[in-house]
Amino acid sequence: MTDSMPHTPTAVRQRAAAADASRRRKSRSAPLRWRPKMLMGLYLLFVLLPIYWLLNMSFQSNTEILGGLTLWPKDFTFEHYGKIFTTSTWYMGYLNSIAYVVMNMFISILVALPAAYAFSRYKFIGDKHLFFWLLTNLMAPPAVFLLPYFQLYYTVGLFDTHIAVALAHCLFNIPLAIWILEGFMSGVPKEIDETAFIDGYSFPKFFIKIFIPMISSGIGVTLFFLFMFSWVELLLASTLTSTGAQPIASVMTSTSTASGIDWGTLAAAGVLTILPGILVVYFVRNHIAKGFALGRT
Amino acid sequence: MSLILENIDHVVNGATHIEGINLELAPGSFNVLLGRTLAGKTTLMRLMAGLEAPTRGRILMDGEDVTGVSVRRRNVSMVYQQFINYPALNVYENIASPLRLAKVSVGEIDRRVRETAEMLHIEHFLDRYPLELSGGQQQRTAMGRALVKDADVILFDEPLVNLDYKLREELREELNTLFGQRNCIAVYATTEPGEALALGGNTAVLHEGRLLQYGRTEDVYHRPRDIQTAEMFSEPPINIVRGNISGSEVSFDNRIRFPVNDDLRSLPPGEYRFGVRASHITLERRATDDIEVEMKVDIAEISGSETFLHVHNDLFHMTVLLEGVHEFDPDDPVALYFPTHKVYAFDRQGAVVHIPTHLGGM
Repeated sequence: MTDSMPHTPTAVRQRAAAADASRRRKSRSAPLRWRPKMLMGLYLLFVLLPIYWLLNMSFQSNTEILGGLTLWPKDFTFEHYGKIFTTSTWYMGYLNSIAYVVMNMFISILVALPAAYAFSRYKFIGDKHLFFWLLTNLMAPPAVFLLPYFQLYYTVGLFDTHIAVALAHCLFNIPLAIWILEGFMSGVPKEIDETAFIDGYSFPKFFIKIFIPMISSGIGVTLFFLFMFSWVELLLASTLTSTGAQPIASVMTSTSTASGIDWGTLAAAGVLTILPGILVVYFVRNHIAKGFALGRT
Repeated sequence: MSLILENIDHVVNGATHIEGINLELAPGSFNVLLGRTLAGKTTLMRLMAGLEAPTRGRILMDGEDVTGVSVRRRNVSMVYQQFINYPALNVYENIASPLRLAKVSVGEIDRRVRETAEMLHIEHFLDRYPLELSGGQQQRTAMGRALVKDADVILFDEPLVNLDYKLREELREELNTLFGQRNCIAVYATTEPGEALALGGNTAVLHEGRLLQYGRTEDVYHRPRDIQTAEMFSEPPINIVRGNISGSEVSFDNRIRFPVNDDLRSLPPGEYRFGVRASHITLERRATDDIEVEMKVDIAEISGSETFLHVHNDLFHMTVLLEGVHEFDPDDPVALYFPTHKVYAFDRQGAVVHIPTHLGGM
């Protein structure tokens, strides 16, 4: 036993000496202490550069953008933002996107809550396989489902509506929501459910009054992921719509006119597309790490 | 209100958790379920509560068959080993929740919640949330919720295990007084024989899903039906030594001999197993019929203000419970004194054949 433990006096003394030496080495070369900060700074610079460039372009006139390298807007203008907020194609793009994203979040969470509860609390035949099958839904590229969705929606008259896109996005969002919520729900001891039933709670009352508040941060994180995946999905959203429910991303791809591409407006639209994401991240920032661990701590 | 379990079997995924349990709990009684982990205490409580239905057998409450009745329609309450409260509700609402669901009037709820909180000394924390409280206070809140609703059966599943020593003693004493005033059946599961003795009432000793013995706690302790019960209901477990009775002499493994005393005289000659409680063996002679045995120390284990002294000689191992803190080094020789009038005798099957008449003490 003593062999494996280096706690002999000599070993301790040696280690103390080594620690002393390293401390001395550090104080001698002060610039070395700046190295991590410098590297971090460089990293941030590279990460943020494209976003800064987008912001920069959105405030420049089209002539300045095409003119040459300028690090900041010489001729500061809000004209592009003005155009977006006054042209109906532009702002309707945003509203359409927000409409189907919100619808999708609502449907997904409503379906996923009871499903995740069943997976976390009950044993039923094939529960593990079913749970894994949910995950496999996330592995199939949406393009695979493009044709059936398009054909089906066209036939039943759902084409070019918000609900069409919202339903199509359930394909990957519901499994994701179940997966995340199940983790959070399994973190709640089963005894809480039992105590509630002993106290006389009916199931719906228990679920709403006791259970949901206990996993509220999980629901918040889930909503964030639902928002994110639905907001950035372009293929299904643009294929299943034409003019009535066209999402912003597909409006952006159709900005080239006879006079060429409207770079400034495109940049402004890009900035406005990032904004909702930043806003949502801000609200769930404290729970996001737990969310990525899917509630499993 | 009486609770009767009839021939209860419970099998989960092919594994038998409860086997052939018959138990009748009288109205207003306090009952302790004593057994080691996996003895089936929790399962039995879940069956009593109605959280699970037994595989076979019937459960009768007040003569009415409630075997398949859901827990929501039985008037029971339960306190778990973990501190289970509703984190989204404050202490007041936690305690009030069974009454709110039972549609009790607001004034009545307020009166009963405050009364219960006062009884449990948490009246100053009513506005706080469970997670802002200490473990002891959280468990008191859970108890408050169980006590407030006048349940017919209250189940405590090792409620004090996760609390520190001092709090445990305090709460245990309070429980005694709390149940003195009530007319409900209380069932309390524990792994500790000492806790069962401190709580009093009746004790059911469980082992591997079977009921070994049920009766008044002191009776079960002093008059165990067999070796297993005696072992379960003593901490450290009772010392069992093989021996013989032949005519006028008792011998342990043909080495240690002493004359048969008045107590053991009635037993026919033959082979027996003798049981001596760890606390009955002493370091100094107490009675004239004590016999002296030379042993060697294995280890002295200090637990609280008591010492568990593990000793051996070339024939057997024993554990001795000594009051106070004693220090021994391994292999120290030690002279121990057996009280021959406090010896239990069991036959080969393990059934008790002799119980010492000088009972009393631990």
